[in-house]
Amino acid sequence: MSGTELLSDQGLRIDGRKPNELRRIRCSLGIFAQADGSAYLEQGNTKVLAAVYGPHEIRGSKSKALHDKAFVNCQYSTATFSMGERKRRPRGDRKSTEMSTHLEETFAAAIRTELYPRSQIDIFVEVLQADGGNYTTCVNAAMMALVDAGVPLKDTVVSCTASLVKDTPLVDVNHVEQSGGSPELVVSILPHSGEIVYMSLTQRFHIDHLSKVLDTAIKGCKDIGVILKEIMKGHLTKLDTSLQAS
Amino acid sequence: MDMLTSKIFLRKTKRGKVLKVVREHYLRDDLWCGSDLCKKCNQENSEVLDDAPLSSSTLCACPHYVVVDTNVVLHQIDVLESPAWKNVIVLQTVLEETRKRSTNNFKKLKEIMATRKDNFYVFVNEHHKDTYVERNPGESANDRNDRAIRKACSWYQTHLEESQQGRDKKKKIQIILLTQDFKNREQALKEGIPAYKVDEYVKSLKDFPDLQEKLAASHSEDNAENREPLFPEHWAPTRIMTGIKSGKLLQGIFHCSRENFLEGSVSVEGQDKSILLQGHASLNRAVDGDIVAVELLPEDKWTSPSGIVLEDQEDQDPGDQIEKEEALLSNSAKGKDRQPTGKVVGIIRRKWRQYCGILLPSVLAEGTRHLFVPAERKIPKIRIETRQAATLSSQKIIVAIDSWPRTSRYPLGHFVRALGNIGDKDTENEVLLLEHDVPHHSFPETVLACLPSMPWTISQEEVKRREDLRNLDICSVDPPGCTDIDDALHFRELSPNLYEIGVHIADVSHFVRPDTALDKEAANRGTTVYLVDRRIDMVPELLSSNLCSLRPDQERLAFSVIWEVTPNAEIKKTRFTKSVIRSRRAFTYAEAQCSIDDPLQQNELAKSLRGLNKLAKIMKKNRMDKGALQLSSPEIRFEVSTETNDPIDVISKPMLDTNSMVEEFMLLANISVAEHIFKHFPECAVLRRHPVPPESNFEPFLKAGKTQGFTLDVSSNKALAASLDAAVKPDNVYMNTMLRILATRCMMQAVYFSSGTVAPVDFYHYGLAAPIILISHLPFAGLYADLLVHRLLAVAIGADVTYADLLDRKCVQQLCNNLNYRHKMSQYAQRSSVALHTHLFFRHRVQDEDAYVLSVRQNALQVLIPKYGLEGSIYLKEKDEDSKPAFIYNPDVPSQTCGNITIRTFDRIVVQVSLDSKYVQHQKIAVHLVQPQIAGLSVEAIKTVNDSEPIPKKLKAGK
Ligand SMILES: [Zn+2]
Repeated sequence: MSGTELLSDQGLRIDGRKPNELRRIRCSLGIFAQADGSAYLEQGNTKVLAAVYGPHEIRGSKSKALHDKAFVNCQYSTATFSMGERKRRPRGDRKSTEMSTHLEETFAAAIRTELYPRSQIDIFVEVLQADGGNYTTCVNAAMMALVDAGVPLKDTVVSCTASLVKDTPLVDVNHVEQSGGSPELVVSILPHSGEIVYMSLTQRFHIDHLSKVLDTAIKGCKDIGVILKEIMKGHLTKLDTSLQAS
Repeated sequence: MDMLTSKIFLRKTKRGKVLKVVREHYLRDDLWCGSDLCKKCNQENSEVLDDAPLSSSTLCACPHYVVVDTNVVLHQIDVLESPAWKNVIVLQTVLEETRKRSTNNFKKLKEIMATRKDNFYVFVNEHHKDTYVERNPGESANDRNDRAIRKACSWYQTHLEESQQGRDKKKKIQIILLTQDFKNREQALKEGIPAYKVDEYVKSLKDFPDLQEKLAASHSEDNAENREPLFPEHWAPTRIMTGIKSGKLLQGIFHCSRENFLEGSVSVEGQDKSILLQGHASLNRAVDGDIVAVELLPEDKWTSPSGIVLEDQEDQDPGDQIEKEEALLSNSAKGKDRQPTGKVVGIIRRKWRQYCGILLPSVLAEGTRHLFVPAERKIPKIRIETRQAATLSSQKIIVAIDSWPRTSRYPLGHFVRALGNIGDKDTENEVLLLEHDVPHHSFPETVLACLPSMPWTISQEEVKRREDLRNLDICSVDPPGCTDIDDALHFRELSPNLYEIGVHIADVSHFVRPDTALDKEAANRGTTVYLVDRRIDMVPELLSSNLCSLRPDQERLAFSVIWEVTPNAEIKKTRFTKSVIRSRRAFTYAEAQCSIDDPLQQNELAKSLRGLNKLAKIMKKNRMDKGALQLSSPEIRFEVSTETNDPIDVISKPMLDTNSMVEEFMLLANISVAEHIFKHFPECAVLRRHPVPPESNFEPFLKAGKTQGFTLDVSSNKALAASLDAAVKPDNVYMNTMLRILATRCMMQAVYFSSGTVAPVDFYHYGLAAPIILISHLPFAGLYADLLVHRLLAVAIGADVTYADLLDRKCVQQLCNNLNYRHKMSQYAQRSSVALHTHLFFRHRVQDEDAYVLSVRQNALQVLIPKYGLEGSIYLKEKDEDSKPAFIYNPDVPSQTCGNITIRTFDRIVVQVSLDSKYVQHQKIAVHLVQPQIAGLSVEAIKTVNDSEPIPKKLKAGK
């Protein structure tokens, strides 16, 4: 039995997408009344819930307070039922801590933190179902929740993965493609400025391929950005009409 | 892309938990039908399916496209190879199922589709919004796939209908489903899809009458069910899987015994001892190489290998019955040699391939059922049906196995193609190349286009990029007649206490650039294969014998390793460089030896050779002190007639000082390069390791030593080397060599690997006692592995740039796997080539020769005839034959005694070697005992050699 082919001779990926096609994106905003902002985002079968609290006063130890800007606190967790095989710990493991740190750095760069000195913004993301691109989906979901919360942003942040199979770059890789062994590039950008705020690579690959994989990931970010913007607009119009109606 | 569905299925994890796997499955509306007549699809000019297809089928006269179902691909792949097939639609469902069920057929199908892409169209029905079908509750995967295939057929029918409205009804294109599955065909017909049995359709192709010969044998019509089964039933796959999980069954690779066709073993991963299988019922239709499930017998039923040499010698088709086998397997020595014994209960994966061989002459010449005898002894005879037996009986042919029903003594197969006349050297060479999967087609145009144009000179810029070593007195030392001179050496005194030595290797990597057609071809071939009378090049001859051959007095590009050493062979400095060299002379081993030994020769080259030789001896001694093994395998060389190209004499290759001198420096270069590369690329250096053999490997060796009164120590390579050196008998000089030959057979095969995949402690090379060794061995070039090494080294010294695959650990490991395979196969091919020439040599000869007993068996002696490097069996008793004298076998020594004569392992005897012409078609070397004389067994010694062939005057040396 030969292994599955990640890219067929007919140019289709294992789930039927072309190399440059994103998975289906579905998103709803404002799903938690308790939070200041919230979003539920699906990219394919990767499903993430994000909630934003704040800006509010520093909770807990005051030493975290920054005198000139807001402190961004992120918590990344994975539901125990998110993977095929049950996970033991939802958060606090090395992987989750690392992801939380990356999220904090990313959003500290995107939020206009200087507007809220000595205060705190909490972003909670939870991966409900994991099927590849978990981190990127979290970034996108958190960003939507921030928009829902009305936290002022310098720019939106969008994130996307890319990989390489048979010299062809694939965008927005799913779990099967991810476990196929090819390197995975994760990129988060600020689409307006084009600035890359986060980039990571799961394993080494040759520098010759880097530029095309990076281009693919950036293009993916921009495509996701367009879709999310449509969703935001739709949400705002809905809010608008409901406000007018009331 | 406008639709989405989810595939949900359950999968068991390794730990036995059941997982629900949800996968996204996108359905598309931009997948086209591939038909030339279609006006609906938005396809570019890649239409494969003709507007007005022609077919010579008498069964279905209307124009049609053909859809094949999975069973056709799985069982009739050889038929699909024919140019008879045009306008074939291959559904993705079929592709996926084939991939899951047979790697081989999947690969073949892809090859067929690639070479005939104008005739085969892949329709991605699984992602098409109108042809995707969901599995119904309770429906088997198989039934679902059959339904998907039928759905695609009817979709095509309606889809094309819209583009051919107004066409004459007789000219309208039909979609025809070919299937072997009765139920699928019935269902298709019910749904209005014209469906045929594939054999029925193939037989109806009047333009290709011979195609039906290639149809796989179908035994269903043979009303096999009514006959008495000869073999136990195979278990169902699910039962096997449960059995394996619970530990009740073991999974492993089946190896048929080379000596006894009724015996075999199954090697189970992670188990030191393999499982013994004996008798038809236990082997239960397993064919060499198959992955099988075995059940162990209760321990009181365990036995030991019978020690009998047994060939399936029926020279006629015995029909479907199994001979009484008690006699053949009886008196397996019970007692201490017992090993786990089991029986095959099922086949997990067949590893059938195509086999070369001959037809057994049939009693009924006009009959269509014939027995085929494969060239490989470990493969059973195969029953095929052909009407061309009269013409094929004098030819070597290729046959494939289709099935092995319980009621059939032999597997059923079909004829694939003929190779040429039996005994014809070209045919026999073709056979051995095919049997060992050696790619030997001529290089395609695309590859030749990568070669530099002639006349070729080294440009000034190239010289500037390299170190100019043309002033050095470099020479090469090779076997006589060598045209691919891969390496050359130099030596000079820098000061009385410091010498400079250099190994210069042809710079193949300069010509074979990464990712070119030439590179891919070379990677696939993996190695140059040296046969007795020809060489199968890895790269085209222009490179191997000219531009990359370090010919004397010609400027050549090289890769040089240069050391500064003290007179005690202590290395002070090592450096690597790309260079330009000009060899002064191409020595043969003998010529170089002469120059060294002749004190009158005082020229520079002679002095260099002496210096090199002296250093090599010191280096070798150092290595031996560290425990390097001096192993042995008899090597011979054929003198070949220039006129007929037939072998006319056999000479064992002499081992001169100069041989080991060259070996020593190649090894030194190898180790130096390996260390350097590993330092620079710890994760992807291509290395070669020689694993330490498990102790159990040495059993036959230890036993053989004991018969001669030696206790051999195999606890480490150093101990082994020491006990080998000590095991000397003044009255049997050859005994030591024999021991070394046996030791060689206990060794593990050296393997290539990528350094990132193995822990550094395992790098050690057991046989050479070297800490780290590059993948290439001797000769240094002629292997694709060397090319990788050159490239890595070039990068490490800054002479070249990397490319992606070079540094990809996985890519490199994949390459290595292919190289390991090709390397192993090339060695087997080499051995077969020697055997072939031995046959040719004995065609007109009978000769008495010295021989040594390699092992003593219950009914035979295995002997080695050093002069020809030939092994053979002397049968002491044959079945149903009481005429031979009675031998008494003592398995403990082991020995055979007849009267006052006792024969043990390593005894020297005299044998008569001839070509057994009992079966004209299946010639083999026969070995008969001459001395010691045993009435009724030994044959008369011959005084004169009958040589019907005049010895030609001119001799040509074969490599
Ligand atoms: Zn169409």
